[in-house]
Amino acid sequence: MSSMTETTSAANDERSRKLTAGISEGQLLEVSMGPHHPSTHGVFRMDVVLDGERVVKLKPVVGYLHRNHEKIGENNSYLASMPYTDRLDYLCSLTNNWAYALAVETLAGIDVPERAQYLRVITAELTRLQNHSSVIGFLVQDMGASGTPLMYAFREREKILDLFESLTGSRMMCNYMRFGGCRIDLPAGWLDRAKKVVAGFPQFLDEYENLLGTNEILMARTQGIGALSRELAINAGVTGPLLRASGVNYDIRKVDKYGIYDRFDFKVPLGDNGDVYDRYMIRILEMRESIKILDQAMCDIPPGPIMDPKAKIRGFRPKAGEAYGRIEAPKGELGFYLISDGSGNPYRYRVRPPSFVNLTVLEDMCIGNYIADTIAILGSIDIVLGEVDR
Amino acid sequence: MTETIDQIFVILKHWLVGHVPTAVEPIVSELLSVVPIILLFPLLFALITVMERKGLGRIQNRYGPNRVGPCGILQPIADGIKTLTKENIVPHSADKVVHLLAPLLLVMATFLGYAVLPVGRNMVAANMDAGVLFFFAVGSMTELSVFMAGWSSRNKYSLLGAMRAIAQMISYEVPLILSSVTVIMAAGTLSTVSIVEQQSGYTGIFPHWFVFTPWGFAGFVLFMIAATAESNRSPFDLPEGESELIAGYYTEYSGFKFALFFLAEYLGMMSISGMAITLFLGGWAAPLSFLTWIPSYLWFFGKLFFFIAGFIWIRGTLPRLRMDQLMNFAWKFMLPMALINLVTAGVWRFMPTGILRWLVCSAMVVAPYVLLGRGFMLGKRLEKRTYRFAD
Repeated sequence: MSSMTETTSAANDERSRKLTAGISEGQLLEVSMGPHHPSTHGVFRMDVVLDGERVVKLKPVVGYLHRNHEKIGENNSYLASMPYTDRLDYLCSLTNNWAYALAVETLAGIDVPERAQYLRVITAELTRLQNHSSVIGFLVQDMGASGTPLMYAFREREKILDLFESLTGSRMMCNYMRFGGCRIDLPAGWLDRAKKVVAGFPQFLDEYENLLGTNEILMARTQGIGALSRELAINAGVTGPLLRASGVNYDIRKVDKYGIYDRFDFKVPLGDNGDVYDRYMIRILEMRESIKILDQAMCDIPPGPIMDPKAKIRGFRPKAGEAYGRIEAPKGELGFYLISDGSGNPYRYRVRPPSFVNLTVLEDMCIGNYIADTIAILGSIDIVLGEVDR
Repeated sequence: MTETIDQIFVILKHWLVGHVPTAVEPIVSELLSVVPIILLFPLLFALITVMERKGLGRIQNRYGPNRVGPCGILQPIADGIKTLTKENIVPHSADKVVHLLAPLLLVMATFLGYAVLPVGRNMVAANMDAGVLFFFAVGSMTELSVFMAGWSSRNKYSLLGAMRAIAQMISYEVPLILSSVTVIMAAGTLSTVSIVEQQSGYTGIFPHWFVFTPWGFAGFVLFMIAATAESNRSPFDLPEGESELIAGYYTEYSGFKFALFFLAEYLGMMSISGMAITLFLGGWAAPLSFLTWIPSYLWFFGKLFFFIAGFIWIRGTLPRLRMDQLMNFAWKFMLPMALINLVTAGVWRFMPTGILRWLVCSAMVVAPYVLLGRGFMLGKRLEKRTYRFAD
């Protein structure tokens, strides 16, 4: 990994040199975009060197939101870290919960009851819907569409957040999953409401696609911009919609079949160009697949317990060992790596955040493009700084 | 009676001027023309900001301001008080004099344009022979003040915004003026008042507006595209480019200086819309002959609001272009189209009236539109894509 990063960085330096050949230092403009900038999605900074409007060099600077997440995890009991995982990718707390629960369950060998598995799939796919809809909204907003697409996307997101609130008590910091199941069962009528929301979702997607998918300005701004090659995407460890937009068939739901994903019939949309437009469309198509999964899961969900009766909540001490639990979070592969020394808290608690790894290819995609493209490319990566900086 | 209502402001002015000593008569007369403009258009600006925020709100399925006054219509007053009481921050290394002058010059330049806009029959502050020329001359002063703002702020975003603004405004000024030259050719005059008067006749019930000719329609569309770019409105709002350049050339402005930029943007939008109305849409003339009993100034402001609503609608709808796409559009599409349109206007002028004239001139507009459009999209390969699915 480290040698790989060095090669990309050297290649990027070479590209920068080519772009600045014959231009004196004084003609270049170095702009520090961020950490306070409307489009960096939080406290993220890009040190950009510009030749006119063209980006010749870009260095991402992260760490403004660092809050010792992993060290806190080592000093907390296993369960006490669960609410902290909500704050990683604060748009998708439920998938964070699941990845952490999966890691601990692998570590301690806990089974999850049938109903809880279905609940996890339903909440995770709803999370994917709300994350992707807000991301495409933000992306078009970053391209200057003054809020309209964003508000349309947020309207749908609100409906899902309302469902989360009535299920878990919180809209964004859900803290829903436990080792061996879920915290609370569905309230009365929740499933019907969820079915109604999901049934209305394709209409929103159709509307969105019709209004924007063929908009000439949007196509001109996104097609062929920030193309990420298949090889680089694989080498840099990029995951999620970004990787699939570059044409790599890799979806952990299909690869690992964690939980009960082998029971559902869904497909993995793949792009061929790996540009911003592909990433935008792949997300829309993924939402359509998520709706399929949700329809099946909400139809099939069996009655039963939601917690493994053998799972211990208090005095939980897994035997010494290590485990890596990973899931397909909306942003990519989210993994938790835990080492237990047999005590009540993990010896090592490591997070593999998808958006941090995806961010490493930002410079490769941006060099040679215009400054306005940089914003669109950054928006298409879909970062959340809570997860990047931890 | 209709005549009196139509001319009520003119009559009032003459009556007032008649009461002052002869020595100060010219000054009072001028003041009575200027003061209403300076009062009325900022008031309209206040009305339009609330209209825009509520309109955008509706487009974006939210409410917009609805707390201050009934239905939020007093919002601009609250905004005004807020901007007036905000701290005036000048960057430490800024060129303080230029930093102060830029917004003042901008507002002054945009106000000057109103001098030649006939807002009603006999209602124009200065009936110049070279009215259109004057309008565009003072209009280009805004570029200077925008650059002053960007340069003096000593901020990289401001500088980038100013660079964009200069490039954009100068590029779009060319098709803007070329498309209005067609009207000048047809009317044979540069005076805004006589341009409107030539359009105020009727055939049957239909008016003689220049927009109802092939070249006039093409010119009008070109003019409005260029006007959107000139007034830095979406989708050509690159100089401000909020998601890229924070606020572009006025990043470093706060308090009332910021409000002045805001005012100038809307004043510019109104004045360029007013010019479009004057040139192509018959100024204060009624759209149908039996509607002439409605006072002329109401027609002018009605049309103005129609344009503003269009601007708001476009702002709520389209994403922003990129700088190179914007420039390509100006030089590779707008400019040739405007030049060909000049020829079309000439052909229209010298061909005998009849159906043949319509056919020839329509072809002269449509053919270059199609061909230039094809050429412009050449090699761009923008398409709706299909995606493959893996199991």
